Amino acid sequence: MNQNNVILNTLTYVVFFMIFLFSIHIFLAGHFAPGGGFVGGLLMASGLLLLYVTFDLETVRKMLPINYSILVAIGLLFALGTASIGLVAGDAFFTHYFNHFQLPLLGDSELHTAMLFDTGVYLVVVGVTMMIIESIGGDQ
Amino acid sequence: MEFVMCAVIGFLFFAAVYLMLSRNVLRIILGTAILSHGAHLLILTMGGLGGEKPPVLQDGVKNAMMADPLPQALILTAIVISFGVTALLLVIGYRTYQTAKTDKIDDLKEDEFHE
Amino acid sequence: MQLFILFLPFLFALFLPLIKKWGKGHLGYYVIPIPIILTVYYSSFIGKETQYESISWISALQVKFDSQLDGLSLLFSLLISGIGIFVLFYSIFYLNKKERLHQFYMYLLMFMTGMLGVVQADSVISLYVFWEVTSFASFLLIGYYYEDRISKDGAFKSLMITIFGGLMMLGGFLILSNVTGTMSIREMTAQAAQIEQSSLFYVALVLILLGAFTKSAQVPFYIWLPDAMAAPTPVSAYLHSATMVKAGIYVVARFTPIFAATAVWGNVIAIVGVVTLCWGSFFAVKQKDLKGILAFSTVSQLGMIMSMLGVAALVSYTNDTSTFYQFAAFAALFHLVNHATFKGALFMMAGIIDHETGTRDIRKLGGLLSVMPVSFTVTMLGTLSMAGVPPFNGFLSKELFFMTMWQSKEALPLGTLVFAAIWLASIFTFMYSLYFVCGTFLGKRHTLPKRPHEAPIGLLVAPIVLLIIGLIIVFRPNVVADLLIKRAVVSIQPTLFESASDVGVHVSLWHGFSAEFLWTLGVIVLGILGVLTLKKWQPMYEKWPEKWTLNTLFNQVISIGDASFTKWSRHVMTGKSRQYFTFMLGMVSMLLLFVLWKKGAFAFSWEGASTIHIIDGLLVVTLVAGTIIVLKATTRMTAIIALGVVGYCVALFFVRFQAPDLALTQLVIETVSVALFLLVFRNLPKKIKEEQKQKGKWLRLLVSASVGLTVMLFAMAAYSQKLLPTISSYYKETVLKEAGGGNIVNVILVDYRGFDTLFEITVLAIAGLAILGLLRSKKRKGDARDESK
Repeated sequence: MNQNNVILNTLTYVVFFMIFLFSIHIFLAGHFAPGGGFVGGLLMASGLLLLYVTFDLETVRKMLPINYSILVAIGLLFALGTASIGLVAGDAFFTHYFNHFQLPLLGDSELHTAMLFDTGVYLVVVGVTMMIIESIGGDQ
Repeated sequence: MEFVMCAVIGFLFFAAVYLMLSRNVLRIILGTAILSHGAHLLILTMGGLGGEKPPVLQDGVKNAMMADPLPQALILTAIVISFGVTALLLVIGYRTYQTAKTDKIDDLKEDEFHE
Repeated sequence: MQLFILFLPFLFALFLPLIKKWGKGHLGYYVIPIPIILTVYYSSFIGKETQYESISWISALQVKFDSQLDGLSLLFSLLISGIGIFVLFYSIFYLNKKERLHQFYMYLLMFMTGMLGVVQADSVISLYVFWEVTSFASFLLIGYYYEDRISKDGAFKSLMITIFGGLMMLGGFLILSNVTGTMSIREMTAQAAQIEQSSLFYVALVLILLGAFTKSAQVPFYIWLPDAMAAPTPVSAYLHSATMVKAGIYVVARFTPIFAATAVWGNVIAIVGVVTLCWGSFFAVKQKDLKGILAFSTVSQLGMIMSMLGVAALVSYTNDTSTFYQFAAFAALFHLVNHATFKGALFMMAGIIDHETGTRDIRKLGGLLSVMPVSFTVTMLGTLSMAGVPPFNGFLSKELFFMTMWQSKEALPLGTLVFAAIWLASIFTFMYSLYFVCGTFLGKRHTLPKRPHEAPIGLLVAPIVLLIIGLIIVFRPNVVADLLIKRAVVSIQPTLFESASDVGVHVSLWHGFSAEFLWTLGVIVLGILGVLTLKKWQPMYEKWPEKWTLNTLFNQVISIGDASFTKWSRHVMTGKSRQYFTFMLGMVSMLLLFVLWKKGAFAFSWEGASTIHIIDGLLVVTLVAGTIIVLKATTRMTAIIALGVVGYCVALFFVRFQAPDLALTQLVIETVSVALFLLVFRNLPKKIKEEQKQKGKWLRLLVSASVGLTVMLFAMAAYSQKLLPTISSYYKETVLKEAGGGNIVNVILVDYRGFDTLFEITVLAIAGLAILGLLRSKKRKGDARDESK
């Protein structure tokens, strides 16, 4: 609808990537600082929402050909699978594990299975929000 | 502060119920949105508002100074769920309007479809 | 093992759909092994001590499923499984392969487990549950031909009456378990004296009898049984003559040791039984439908068994073992077995006649002797047994019945009159028996819907074998008595007889010209006279106005109940959701206020409350103002923006109260929500103003204000009264060590309370899918419309 507004279009690209990066940051930071899968996912969704506001629905669909229902399903399976790791290892359902690793570039980092679970949450939140917005927006 | 918050929560609930008893579908949805705000603040207030620091481990912050993390975790869940519920209600209201061509809840009485 | 066998039919029923899909041939062939297994299994218990097995269901309430096989249970179990074989075999030939056989057999197997459960239960709850299973299976089977109005009405009537009785009985059970503190019937029996002291003794007695009488079709509850004849004939032979209707008799027998402490129990049962006996036999002669005659005959025979059990209870009460009537319980059970054989066979014969001629109306039948000689012979033998003519097994038990009733004249109120009544009823029994045979096989042949011919041998096998069993009983009555019945009698009258050998009764075919034999002779002579003159006096039945029958009463009760409840529910259920909501919220707020006040929760203390900052004041003012604007808004745009303001204020409150995670989430979600509202609302009317009548407005304000006030007081009370210490310190202390995280809120979400989160995202996904479905369904409809254009 606003395809001729050059300033908005250009700004949207910039802002979208800022939101996108911030969303990733806040998601990864979640275990030690405020943030996490919910906030990260919602931020990501709001960034996508900005794209929809700026461009046409069809244009965005061409830019990001993502089927959000499948994204939701992947997220749910991810969460469930992570929760089941404990079962395989012989512990209770939902047992999480963590340890410190020396990673190249990043140095000493703590890796955590809870993070994988949070990834599932992230995907579901993005997927559902976008699913809702897309289906309402596409319903004319 | 807690006393003021209790009053504010009571007011939010009053407004929410008043809206939900409306004839207009949209106002009912607005009512549920306000109700969830009220509920979130209610959980937070019940746990006490006296925290001096957020419930995040930091150097130099004693446990006693932190706000209660449990209500916050509960509210976080509630916020996301209430978002889903509000969205669903919105779409139901929207679809109802399209099908029945009315946004008055009384016009949607069941027996008008059956009898 | 015992319990597994008990549930075997039920479990097998689960596989029927698969067998139907892949199996070849009639489904009945696959089912028939089940009752055979059961019969063999239960036969192995003959002569053994009481066996008991149980499995806990709701252990906190001592509720369990159990299986107890004492003499009484074993007798009934064998009856159920044994007759089951014949009925299943018969049904293979009776029911067409094209019918909904999987449903039929599923219901039948469900009934089998239910009925076995009733007679083997020791826990009253288990007994009740299985009892209702049989009622329900009976309902489904009567309504098997559900396209037929008669079937539907019959099923409805039987369900109404038997479920009513079942609920009454449950009440009785609960009283008993309340008094004794146990759910087990055995333990209740041990405390019989204590139960008698209870003030609720008679209430429990009446309630349990109501259950037994409705199920066993006693006057005035019998009216469902004739209507139940709409079921397929194998069902009538099985449920409605041989087994299910005897559940009431079983319950009476089972509870006699508990209630026989008073004479009331025995007297009531005996009188109701005698009335039913007379009533049933009297009206059987009126019937035009072959199965109708048999149904009324069943009613009357059930009354007869019931009356003998009543006398048996009186014997237990008086402890009088001087005369023969101490063996009333024996006579009752003996007749129960005999009745199952001949009545089962006769029902099957009625089905055969229906099958071969196309009608069951006795007025259209007649003269079938020449074309169906085998059927005639079988039917004749069965009816003679039913009429109590020597030398058939019906005669044996009928004679015991006469003996019992004659000698219990003194024990029963109006004993002589009672005896006269049962003698008269026996004459009518004889008459309807002859009427059944003669009307069908003798006389002039009418044109029939089908060309009659002899039934195929497969159909005839089951009734013939049943009759042969009857004949074996005639020649070896004491084998059955010693093996099964005497042990069952011990269960009914434990105070009289310690073991089976104490039941010193010996059945024999010929007693010489005793009084009982003369009574029988009188019955036969008068009965034959009655049948010969039947044409003359049968029309008198029609004199009785239809208005004054129990059926009309039942229909009226149902229709009046229906109408008044409809009216009442129309009054309450207006269909206006606002009204419901007003009621619900008003009630909740009143209840909550009441409980808070009752518990003394209004002792507020503000110890440790935080101080008010100037920012807080500003936020509160903005929040309240935003809310008021939402309330007052007349256009959608104003309302959405004001709602956004409220949401951002809440987010700022979260910042203020040291909840950064919440603040972040709330801010983003508020943004997305506003976008959603805008997206949806652009398709809806601009104005959201509503016309409000003055009257409703005050109520609405009142309810909203009371809810608001309640929540406020509740919040204050919740803050003031800290009954338990907070558990949050646990999280604070362990978060780094055990969960390896620093942001406690997020760690709680993904780790400590991960289940919550998992379910939460599932709910979210479901909401998303629902929205997708709601919007897609419309599209599909729209497409279809476009195509049709």
